[in-house]
Amino acid sequence: MGVDIYLDNGGTTKVDERVVKAMLPFFTEQYGNASSTHARGYDAQKVLNKSRDTIAKSINALDEEIIFTSGGTESNNFILKGIAFTNKKKGNHIITTKVEHKCIMNTCAWLETQGFIITYLDVNKEGFIDPQQLEEAITNKTILVSIIHGNNETGSINDLEALGAVCKKHNVYFHTDACQSYTKTPLDVKKQHIDLMTINAHKINGPKGVGAAFIRKGINITPLLHGGDQEFKKRAGTENIPGIVGFAKAVDIASEKNVKQMTILRDKLIEGLLTIQGTKLNGPLGERRLCNNVSVSFKAIEGEAITGMLDLKGIAASTGSACSAKTLEPSYVLMAMGLTHEEANGTVRLTISKDTTEKDVTIFLKEIKLVVDKLRAISPFKGDA
Amino acid sequence: MYSKETIKRFSDPQFVGEIEDADGVGEVGNMKCGDVMKMFIKVKDDVITDIKFKTYGCMAAIAASDMMCELAKGKKIDDALKITAKEITKDLGDLPPVKFHCSILGTHALKKAVEDYKSKQKA
Repeated sequence: MGVDIYLDNGGTTKVDERVVKAMLPFFTEQYGNASSTHARGYDAQKVLNKSRDTIAKSINALDEEIIFTSGGTESNNFILKGIAFTNKKKGNHIITTKVEHKCIMNTCAWLETQGFIITYLDVNKEGFIDPQQLEEAITNKTILVSIIHGNNETGSINDLEALGAVCKKHNVYFHTDACQSYTKTPLDVKKQHIDLMTINAHKINGPKGVGAAFIRKGINITPLLHGGDQEFKKRAGTENIPGIVGFAKAVDIASEKNVKQMTILRDKLIEGLLTIQGTKLNGPLGERRLCNNVSVSFKAIEGEAITGMLDLKGIAASTGSACSAKTLEPSYVLMAMGLTHEEANGTVRLTISKDTTEKDVTIFLKEIKLVVDKLRAISPFKGDA
Repeated sequence: MYSKETIKRFSDPQFVGEIEDADGVGEVGNMKCGDVMKMFIKVKDDVITDIKFKTYGCMAAIAASDMMCELAKGKKIDDALKITAKEITKDLGDLPPVKFHCSILGTHALKKAVEDYKSKQKA
């Protein structure tokens, strides 16, 4: 058995030791319920408020605009369903894109069964949404626009400011799923005209099972979970204090330095991969690509075979979104970007983290070459043509 | 997720290659479904004396191709054609249900190679 290299941080990340340390007291010592009216309860309330403030400041929002949830999927469900049902009388049209995460896609599919009309915007070859195309899609029945910020498969970072300006001009709510981009790319809800946003902890070295929804002050939204008065009556259920503390700690730890380091390693990976014959980078280069994402298509060989062989060597990579990994269909995101079936089937996604080292990249590049050669020798097609 | 046998076949297949002077060649699958299997056979006195494959596809597709070859080699054509996808799957130590079609593809590839062989015989 060889190495232990984890290049699937777009799927999930390792929880940072400092995050674990920050969380621990809230399991066995300060285990109070933030709604309780006694000392332990007040302590919990205090740390909840402090964590909320950390998250709010990180996106230039107000504290009361942050609603803690169980993660990205819940936030996306809450925002889409909540806004749709609250604004049913105003209109039944929602605009999203062909490259969203599964939880947006399937929530939209469900909303269609409830009488809502969904428009799925195309993307260009680099995976970007065109603001002009968005503007053309808006009708007087449009109530919400939901566009992914950093794409989980191709790393393309949409221009939220331009897209948000279009929504603002037409007085339509603008939501973005920023799970992949949060703490990696600047997010400013005021500057980028964002009304609603989804973020989570486990993509940024925080724990699983915790996320947040940003709901701009003044926006009415029907809760997804009904019950107690927690989270400004927008999300019932006892707050996951250890998780929330861990989430805030992960945000504290995230830094510009980490982003720079990931960007350097990302580009080193891209450069090395493109020296292999019959490879093609999916998504853009440079600043409009997530600092931790590489998506490459290999000619004549299939993605799952590549990741399978890498796995046998101790290297974790993915063919795309972890949530879609068990289906046989080629990625709808890659197909929307105009890839051929061969290119989509031959795609591997590598997502690094702040813990990825230069040595990891060097070893990976050596191993991937061996894997590609071996699989191309098995393939009936030519990889270098 | 995959059995030991599947992983072994995938990482070290024994029947990869092409037979230059093959008596029959069969190709099945397409890029759209993500698997393409090409099988080459040599036949003598109705017996498959040599068999090789080239496969584009996932781990299961490559492992199933290799297993198909092993099961067919040395068999009479009619007996080889009786090999079922179920047998391939069983000998691989089971496959995830979504990958069962890879075994089916193996049987189809052999069938096509035999058809090719028979049509050449007639000509």
